[in-house]
Amino acid sequence: MSDFEPIVVAFCCHYCAYGAADLAGSMRLEYPTNIRIIRLPCTGKITPVFLLRAFERGADGVYVAGCLEGDCHFIHGNLVAKPRVNYTKKLIQEVGLEPERLEMFNMSAAMGPRFAEVAREFVERIKTLGPSPLNKTYRVQSDAA
Amino acid sequence: MSDEFKSGSNLEKVLKSGKFAVTGECGPPRGADPEVIRKKSKILKDKADAFNITDNQTSVVRMSSISSAVIMIQEGLEPVMQMVCRDRNRIAIQSDILGGAALGIKNMLCLSGDHQKFGDHPQAKNVFDLDSIQLINTVKIMRDEGKFLGGDEIKGVPKLFIGAAENPFADPFEIRAPRLAKKAVAGVDFIQTQCIFNLKKFEDWMKQVVDMGIHEKVYILGGVTPFKSFGMARYMANNVPGMDVPEELLQRMKNTPKEKQADEGIIIAVETIKRLQEMPGIAGVHIMAIEWEEKVGEIAEKAGLLPRPVV
Amino acid sequence: MVIGERKPFDEIMKMLEGLKKIAVMGCGGCVTVCLTGGHDEVRVLSSQLRMARDKEGNPIEIIEKTLERQCDPEYVEQAESVAKEVEAILSLACGAGVQFMAERYQNLPLYPALNTTFVGGSKKEGYYVERCQTCGECKLYFTGGICPIARCSKSLLNGPCGGSTKGKCEIDPEVDCAWQLILDRLKSLNQMDRYSSMMPVNDWRTNRDGGPRKMIREDFQR
Repeated sequence: MSDFEPIVVAFCCHYCAYGAADLAGSMRLEYPTNIRIIRLPCTGKITPVFLLRAFERGADGVYVAGCLEGDCHFIHGNLVAKPRVNYTKKLIQEVGLEPERLEMFNMSAAMGPRFAEVAREFVERIKTLGPSPLNKTYRVQSDAA
Repeated sequence: MSDEFKSGSNLEKVLKSGKFAVTGECGPPRGADPEVIRKKSKILKDKADAFNITDNQTSVVRMSSISSAVIMIQEGLEPVMQMVCRDRNRIAIQSDILGGAALGIKNMLCLSGDHQKFGDHPQAKNVFDLDSIQLINTVKIMRDEGKFLGGDEIKGVPKLFIGAAENPFADPFEIRAPRLAKKAVAGVDFIQTQCIFNLKKFEDWMKQVVDMGIHEKVYILGGVTPFKSFGMARYMANNVPGMDVPEELLQRMKNTPKEKQADEGIIIAVETIKRLQEMPGIAGVHIMAIEWEEKVGEIAEKAGLLPRPVV
Repeated sequence: MVIGERKPFDEIMKMLEGLKKIAVMGCGGCVTVCLTGGHDEVRVLSSQLRMARDKEGNPIEIIEKTLERQCDPEYVEQAESVAKEVEAILSLACGAGVQFMAERYQNLPLYPALNTTFVGGSKKEGYYVERCQTCGECKLYFTGGICPIARCSKSLLNGPCGGSTKGKCEIDPEVDCAWQLILDRLKSLNQMDRYSSMMPVNDWRTNRDGGPRKMIREDFQR
């Protein structure tokens, strides 16, 4: 499926990844338009429910981007998020989705290029995996075919 | 201890006469073939005063200890029927005690039992309605008061010589002698200890036992197990809970050439028995030659314990 | 509290085979606290179920609801309107809750999403340990506040057995020997005299062995 353009939801922490996205923009770095950013006050806000709901609505990939470990604005929010992301990987695996469709990344607000790199690599990963079976657009197509 | 016998078993008579007692052990087969017991009985006959019949040891299903004990009686040996609390509630326990006594069993060993986790049926539900100390007390109430635990009178009272095990090497060490005292209060007549390898620690324990005067109420038989090989010694040191094998003994087995290790194991066992004979408060030995029954006689012989007295 | 653990996903999927519309019903009691059957877990499981069924092209409609408690008639009542709309209820309550629901909604199948595991507490967030076997006759007075029935693998009342090694149980080096804990505590409380007497055979009638149990506060009976 060469024309597959995945929908990727990126839950970004206000204090780091969201700033990094902004910086990437100012630096005119290119990254795929597949990314839908949802700003969080801290990745500690993330729960399995958020992540699952994104997949349920048809996201092909989801990632959480938080501060570098040790640098959380709220001391350990990113360390709360990490095991939750890992736990949710198991939950989507139970459903029959590849756990690789979900990931956690860490970066600082100064890492604009890293933000763009993560976005590019993750979209590439999801393209390789193909559309999520829950992505309605592509399912209609394949059903028709 | 009064002049009257509690059970009239050979073991009781030997102990009461003040002679150094010897008991052995025999594991029932994992099948219904009585010949296995008969064969082992022929090897063991006259080598000790009585022989323990294990009750599904290590939680692996075997022929029942009652029926194996009866086969042994038919062969002219005196059994010590072991009973664990893991597999029976108080109804089955008392029923089996009556049945065992009716079939001529005169000695009984009361145990908690290994947890089923390590056996061949880890899925089993365990019972543990009673614990070993309560089991001792149950047999005593049945024998001495002629009553069931529920209070009803027994018609045809089971006369059993009551034994129990004690592991002086389990933790916490300081509670081991007081716990033995509890068993004495519960009504135990004799104790067989866990395999003794660490004689120093055993002596410490025995001293506490003697200081508390427990040896005057209860006959204490020291447990002796011969190593078949260095491998077995190492296994017992590392893999059997509550087993204490000192490093020097391991080294001694290790430094012995492979073909002589079995002989060395026997020598160590005989040395242990000689030490036990001199220890105050020790009334006998319990030789546990695990799946090596033919060596019980040899060990007893070398320790100068044969022939067994006729009492 | 009562601790529960979610059943394997495949097992739940199997129970729901052929159903088109169900309610996934959480409980606001113990299982909310132990993070297996509350509002959040209802949302997670519902999402998973919808996704898995959607994927098979066999969608399922789910009403998500969490009651204050499923073991109390006045709260169970509150599922009435939902019950009318669905073919079955998948309950995330403990075994007691599932049964109270089943008793109230006679014509509706009730399925358990949890395995009820034990009565215990949280050592820390998300880490639960067993402490009580509900034997019906508390012996903690004699044993320094540590229960030998719940915490000794053999429930010995006159322990420790010969398998106690360096404070650990013979069944698992990770498991504390309950009797070591009891002795340590009796010693520190200067109550070692409580160890010296034999604990008599237990009366298990107060345990489940006496049949199903009940407790009645008379002053509340009208």
